[in-house]
Amino acid sequence: MPIKSYLAHPFDNKKEELQQALSLIKGCEIIPAENENVLVIVTETKNDEEDNKLKETIEKIESLKLLALVSGFNTPKK
Amino acid sequence: MSASLSSRRSFIKKMAASAAMTAAATMFPGIIFASEQLTGISNGSLDWKKGPCRFCGVGCGILVGIEEGKAVAVKGDPNSSVNKGLLCVKGYHQTMCIQAKDRLEYALVKKNGTYVKTPINEALDIVADKMKETIEKHGKDAVAMYTSGQSTIPEGYVASKFMKGAIGTNNLDCNARLCMASAVAGFLTTFGADEPMGCYEDFDHADYYVTWGNNMAEMHPVLFSRMLEQKNKRGARIIDFATRTTRSSMASNRSILFEPQTDLAVGNAICYEIVNNGWVNKTFVEKYCNFSKGLTQMGYGLEDKYKFSDKPTKINFEDYKTFLEDYTSEKVSKYSKVSVKDIKYLASIFGDPNKKVMSLWCMGVNQHTRGTWMNNIIYNIHLLTGKISQPGNGPFSLTGQPSACGTAREVGTFTHKLPKGVVMNPKHRELAAKIWKVPVERIPSKPTYHTTEMFRAVDRGDIKFIWTQAVNPLVSLPRTSRFRPGMKKKSCFVVVSDVFPTPTTDVADVILPASWHIEKSGLYGNSERRTQHWDKMVEGPGDTTPDAWMFIEVAKRMGYGDLFPYSRENHVEEIYNEYRQFHEGKKHGMAPLEVLKKQSGAIWPYVNGKSTQWRFNAKYDPACSNGEDFHFYGKPDGKAVVWQRPYEPAPELPDSEYPFWLNTGRVIEHWHTGSMTRRIPVLHKGMPHSYLEFHPDDAKALGIKNGEKIKVTSRRGSCIMPASINERGLPTKGQVFAPFFDENMLINDVTLDAFCPISKEPDFKKCAVKVEKV
Repeated sequence: MPIKSYLAHPFDNKKEELQQALSLIKGCEIIPAENENVLVIVTETKNDEEDNKLKETIEKIESLKLLALVSGFNTPKK
Repeated sequence: MSASLSSRRSFIKKMAASAAMTAAATMFPGIIFASEQLTGISNGSLDWKKGPCRFCGVGCGILVGIEEGKAVAVKGDPNSSVNKGLLCVKGYHQTMCIQAKDRLEYALVKKNGTYVKTPINEALDIVADKMKETIEKHGKDAVAMYTSGQSTIPEGYVASKFMKGAIGTNNLDCNARLCMASAVAGFLTTFGADEPMGCYEDFDHADYYVTWGNNMAEMHPVLFSRMLEQKNKRGARIIDFATRTTRSSMASNRSILFEPQTDLAVGNAICYEIVNNGWVNKTFVEKYCNFSKGLTQMGYGLEDKYKFSDKPTKINFEDYKTFLEDYTSEKVSKYSKVSVKDIKYLASIFGDPNKKVMSLWCMGVNQHTRGTWMNNIIYNIHLLTGKISQPGNGPFSLTGQPSACGTAREVGTFTHKLPKGVVMNPKHRELAAKIWKVPVERIPSKPTYHTTEMFRAVDRGDIKFIWTQAVNPLVSLPRTSRFRPGMKKKSCFVVVSDVFPTPTTDVADVILPASWHIEKSGLYGNSERRTQHWDKMVEGPGDTTPDAWMFIEVAKRMGYGDLFPYSRENHVEEIYNEYRQFHEGKKHGMAPLEVLKKQSGAIWPYVNGKSTQWRFNAKYDPACSNGEDFHFYGKPDGKAVVWQRPYEPAPELPDSEYPFWLNTGRVIEHWHTGSMTRRIPVLHKGMPHSYLEFHPDDAKALGIKNGEKIKVTSRRGSCIMPASINERGLPTKGQVFAPFFDENMLINDVTLDAFCPISKEPDFKKCAVKVEKV
């Protein structure tokens, strides 16, 4: 059950737009920086397939300039 | 104790978030995530064990979460004054390599060209027999040991006792020769005592941080975050002085670039400005400093069996002032490519008596064919202005490895060193012989092979047996294009202790399965003289064994059992208590183990139950005994030395055939040769392979696009790697840069085995190469 964290860099002046778009995605928690143009995203999915799909969904957001993986963990299902 | 799945997942999510916030903090100065940052990570219900991080020399305190005998989580130790609960991306994920599928769990012995799984006792019999046989046939100087700044203090101590006290050879050196030897030589020549005088609390007091060729945002990220915090909170300023624009440069207040090797000249120009603007702290200099010069035109150690000994001569302030006339800002600016304005600006920072300044450096200064000189010059700047040994004011030589200080430097796993002092000094040999209970004549008085020369000797056939531990020389040495075939020669029997297979285990006759960090107890010593202990946290797999215990077992088999009367269960404590005897006293007293078990380390000298944060300053250091404010007691007359050290060019300069400088280094995701971090999926994914960085103008002129395969070639070898343009870092025009972590792209086949003649530390930062599209 993958848990990952990313740094999401929005295009200039698109931070709120990106935050809004991310908030609509299930399995995705957002921690925006207060004073910089970057957001931390933590994702939680059931399996690798779902994880890949979620990543693809995030990457399609137009206000997203760059998504950088920072950390990944896999926990047992039971 | 066990945690529920939901609380564990919640914990892991917080840990993932913390890792991302930490990564962000290295990229953005003063970034704030509001309450999330303060909330931190809940304790969960795991069993948390304390220790130091496995990786760099910062020595962050970690807490490892153990569940059902397995390490399942890592978090920063909030009680550690080093990192105050923070960790970098490597730190958070460190334990994930333990379960790698290709972990070395059993000894492997090469038989008829094939590795055969062998019981550990049988493998150790083979090692002992071969070592004994080699000594009998070829003499004790035909065997060698090459250890590590990642070995624990007890491991280094037993290695030294085994080689120097039991066998009686100085054929012991370590990979700290590749990273810290120039720092050691700098300290010894200037102060007569190794390791920084200050501590990490300096960060909380300094007004300026001047980083000399040092990408701290990637190499010492937690300390860099402390600088950023002060920058944000108090307006402290970071000045990055480097040959390449890095993440550190981008987060600094000012980035100043210089032509490779000319840091020597710029350093002298800063001294010129200090002297000629009346910024010298005359009282301090008159009371506490001498002036000296050494030999020049020393060469670069490129030839086998090169020898050099410096001959210091005393000079006076006026001589030094005359010497500096060659280093006016105007003259130096012409070849350093640093503007006159920037040189004067740098000097004015040090010259302002109302500002506290820290200098910080690591590999850029140390891996330098004039590395000792460069260390001396930085000390000159601080001594001339009296900005030393006070909170927030001081030169701070950062170390690279987790115990380069504790093990390599303090225990002394260099050919010339003993746990206290050097083999050349009869009193130091007498002390070692007394504590080791060996005849003093057994400890040879002459150093033998430093690292580069040790592997040259293997290649020549002079060394016929070598045992390496916690080190991967066939990726990390300079000029591996010579040393890989050398190590493969049948003339040398190669034993490699390691945790994972590497290009070095590939050439071994015997591979010994070593315990990883938390699978054994140990002690490390970090950059601020802090000794940290940890207890074994988990069982290692298969026949894995602590390196110290493997040395002891081999020593016993060779007939030296009486010198190693330690028990397997308690050998770490027994060895540390024996070792502490070497450093008794106010100048280097080590904290008792019971103290280190209770708290997150202690800084030596540990005197009367207290760490000494600032050495040589009578206000803080009980070893000062001259009745003055400062006492540089490492020198017989209590005075530090301002050294006259000139600029001399690098041994190999770009020319029409090889028109680029090659600079090599590291990245935040990987620890050194990547043997651990490349087995941690998230780190490997983050940085899956090495690359060759170009300045965009050079790339454009050569028609090179991002990701294209490039062959980089020197007079020694070549390597193919993808081009990287405007990505992680930005080299200056005419320079390319490659990280060395990737065993599939061996950039050290290309580098040059030139070294500083005083410290014998190689220069991995400068050689001439050509590049071509493949």
